[in-house]
Amino acid sequence: MDPLSTMFALAASLFSVILALYASSQAEDFIFGFHMLVFAAAGGLLILYLARTVSFQQMTEKGEATYSDGIIRYGVIATLFWGIVGFLVGVLIASQLAFPSLNLDLEWTSFGRLRPLHTSAVIFAFGGNALIATSFYCVQRTCRTRLAFEPLAWFVFWGYQLFIVLAATGYVLGSTQAKEYAEPEWYVDIWLTIVWVSYLLVFFFTLLRRREPHIYVANWFYLGFIVTVAMLHVVNGLAVPVSPFSSVSYSAFSGVQSALVQWWYGHNAVGFFLTAGFLGMMYYFVPKQANRPVYSYRLSIIHFWSVIFLYIWAGPHHLHYTALPDWAQTLGMVFSIMLWMPSWGGMINGLMTLSGAWDKLRTDPILRMMVASIAFYGMATFEGPLMSIKSVNALSHYTDWTIGHVHSGALGWNALISFGAIYYLVPKLWGRRELYSLQLVNWHFWIAMMGIVIYASSMWVSGIMQGLMWREYNADGFLVYSFAETVMQMHPFYVLRAIGGLLFLIGGLIMVYNIWRTIRGEVKVDQPISQVITVGA
Amino acid sequence: MTNRKIDQATGTETTGHEWDGIRELDTPMPRWWLILFYITIIWAIGYMIFYPAIPLISSNTKGTLGYSSRAELEDALKNAQSARAQQIENIRTSSLAEIKADQSLHAFALAGGKAAFKVNCVQCHGSGAEGSKGNPNLNDDDWLWGGKLEDIHQTIKHGVRFELDDDTRSSEMPAFGRDEMLTQAEIEAVADYVLSLATKPADKMGVHENSGEETAGGTDNGAQIFADNCAACHGTDGGGDRSLGAPSLNDHIWLYGGDKRTVIESIFNSRKAVMPAWTHRLDEVTIKQLALYVHSLGGGE
Repeated sequence: MDPLSTMFALAASLFSVILALYASSQAEDFIFGFHMLVFAAAGGLLILYLARTVSFQQMTEKGEATYSDGIIRYGVIATLFWGIVGFLVGVLIASQLAFPSLNLDLEWTSFGRLRPLHTSAVIFAFGGNALIATSFYCVQRTCRTRLAFEPLAWFVFWGYQLFIVLAATGYVLGSTQAKEYAEPEWYVDIWLTIVWVSYLLVFFFTLLRRREPHIYVANWFYLGFIVTVAMLHVVNGLAVPVSPFSSVSYSAFSGVQSALVQWWYGHNAVGFFLTAGFLGMMYYFVPKQANRPVYSYRLSIIHFWSVIFLYIWAGPHHLHYTALPDWAQTLGMVFSIMLWMPSWGGMINGLMTLSGAWDKLRTDPILRMMVASIAFYGMATFEGPLMSIKSVNALSHYTDWTIGHVHSGALGWNALISFGAIYYLVPKLWGRRELYSLQLVNWHFWIAMMGIVIYASSMWVSGIMQGLMWREYNADGFLVYSFAETVMQMHPFYVLRAIGGLLFLIGGLIMVYNIWRTIRGEVKVDQPISQVITVGA
Repeated sequence: MTNRKIDQATGTETTGHEWDGIRELDTPMPRWWLILFYITIIWAIGYMIFYPAIPLISSNTKGTLGYSSRAELEDALKNAQSARAQQIENIRTSSLAEIKADQSLHAFALAGGKAAFKVNCVQCHGSGAEGSKGNPNLNDDDWLWGGKLEDIHQTIKHGVRFELDDDTRSSEMPAFGRDEMLTQAEIEAVADYVLSLATKPADKMGVHENSGEETAGGTDNGAQIFADNCAACHGTDGGGDRSLGAPSLNDHIWLYGGDKRTVIESIFNSRKAVMPAWTHRLDEVTIKQLALYVHSLGGGE
């Protein structure tokens, strides 16, 4: 940055620190005071950084001929770090459900507080960092230009990490606005809005600066994801704080309207964060890794627009047989059914991109990971419309079936495609010839796969059993099982689920080790199998 | 589109665009995909004609089937109610003894009681009515307030020490230690005596916990303290008194635990378990069914 901008940034951060310290001193509750101190500390770190880098010499325009990859390297590390945190908390809360004493009788470690920590860590910290990093990588390459507003891009990265820290500490300390996947309170929401709009600006203006005549399909999906998530987040987060210095707020919506807004947001967090965003990832990294052209341009247009148009209506299927009016339930259901083929368009385009290169699956574990992720995407996007049908939902809703469905999508699709992208990215970002060990990628693949299968199938069985037990009536029309009896029946499946999650975590640790050695520049030379075959004996 | 090329592996033409080495094939959309997409759209339109679907200014389209989830629920409830209306009415108008005598009505009442028990009672008394610390086991013959049908019915209906119900069963054991009615040594002595009333191994553990001499002299002393302070409610032989909810102390069944520490705690602080009066939450028929069910568990008198 030039000295003037640096001085301006210094002044702005100093002002923010003072403001945050003042807010902290006025705080009406502990969490707000603590979080304002976190803000002040973050601003202080920024001041230190700016003061160290300020230079009154004429800046040379460095690196205009290269891509801005430094931020992506940070993004990859953050993705790995938050991924492990998220998986670890997941294993812990899965174990808490099987063995309640693991709640430790402490409010900070109780399931109710750790569960949002897990969901936010895997969706927003792990998934979000993976999306930000890969979108910045993809948009530069496919537009043949550096990122627009590079300092702002750095702000997006660090601002997003600050959001994660505020959210995570808030959950553990007991701060929540009680909206699923949107638990952080109003001031954290405002901060995320600032960060997210900055993200939109960086991405959008990078697209405008492109040196290609057309915008590549991956960028359509990334842009759709960024724009829609901004809208969802702002509307769902509308709330009135109790006071400017309190961490507590009241939602702008109440009753069934609140539920509808919540699930309009919640389902589209799945649709635009976990589907559209990750399809963007798939559309760049699968053709690159397979070194094959995308299967069908026409299919990509139609399925992009139909996904964007249909997904936004599907949320009410989370509220079947509730106080939500019947017409809204109908719309939620029929739009979910119509969404089936548009979702599968992405699967077809991903899988069929391998036509002419299927043999690579035998030798390339990274590509295998990507293909498996697309297969899980296809399964989850078939199961979703199925579960949205009211008569199926009458059995599946509120049961572990939903948990199994979500995890076959999250572990199978989102995580595996992110792992594939990271394995592709790391050697390129750090200028290494290849990964430390492809064999470890293979181990990661199979261990994670085993984990996913154990997790999903145990939840399917326990979910359907749970649903059947809940609605079991005897000949006289009386309920057969007490709730506690259904919980007892689920215990073995809860244990299995925790084991599945543990396997997935182990796979993640193998990846971290592999990436660490790759970044250090090491390549493991595996001994080839001897070509001399002894016949007979 | 001058850059269009034929892809070698598939024989399909590319669109001629290229980004970072990525090209796109100009493959037509798969036919099965398109057809299935159209089918789901047609199905969706059809469903929206048959069911409530489109919001209007002040109401919404009702659909040609006239479906409403609320009406469906009301129908289901009505059907369920009418299917058993006669039996419910019979239970309402019959006494507990009459129901018990009518085999088919009794079976129906037990089924209803079992279901209601699972919803309302298992939280304290356990899924198998086995009880837990402070919550009596309902399968045995040891009743605090009586094990006859009418006794059980009364207990369920009005609860125990439930302040909001004027007819609730009530009694209060003094807190002998906290209110300084007995000294620590006296409490230990009477605890030893109470443990000796039931000839169970646990009372020998009491001896181990203490030095021998105290226990040896303590039991005689304990017997006297028991006679002076406890026998009025628990009986001279420790057999208890159901009219006061005073538990029998001479059997092997302990509500809070039969080790010396727990018995001392009971004498020192007293015990005052509360059971809610269900007449405020359940209808008369359900309470009758519950009484019959609990009576049938094994200890009914």
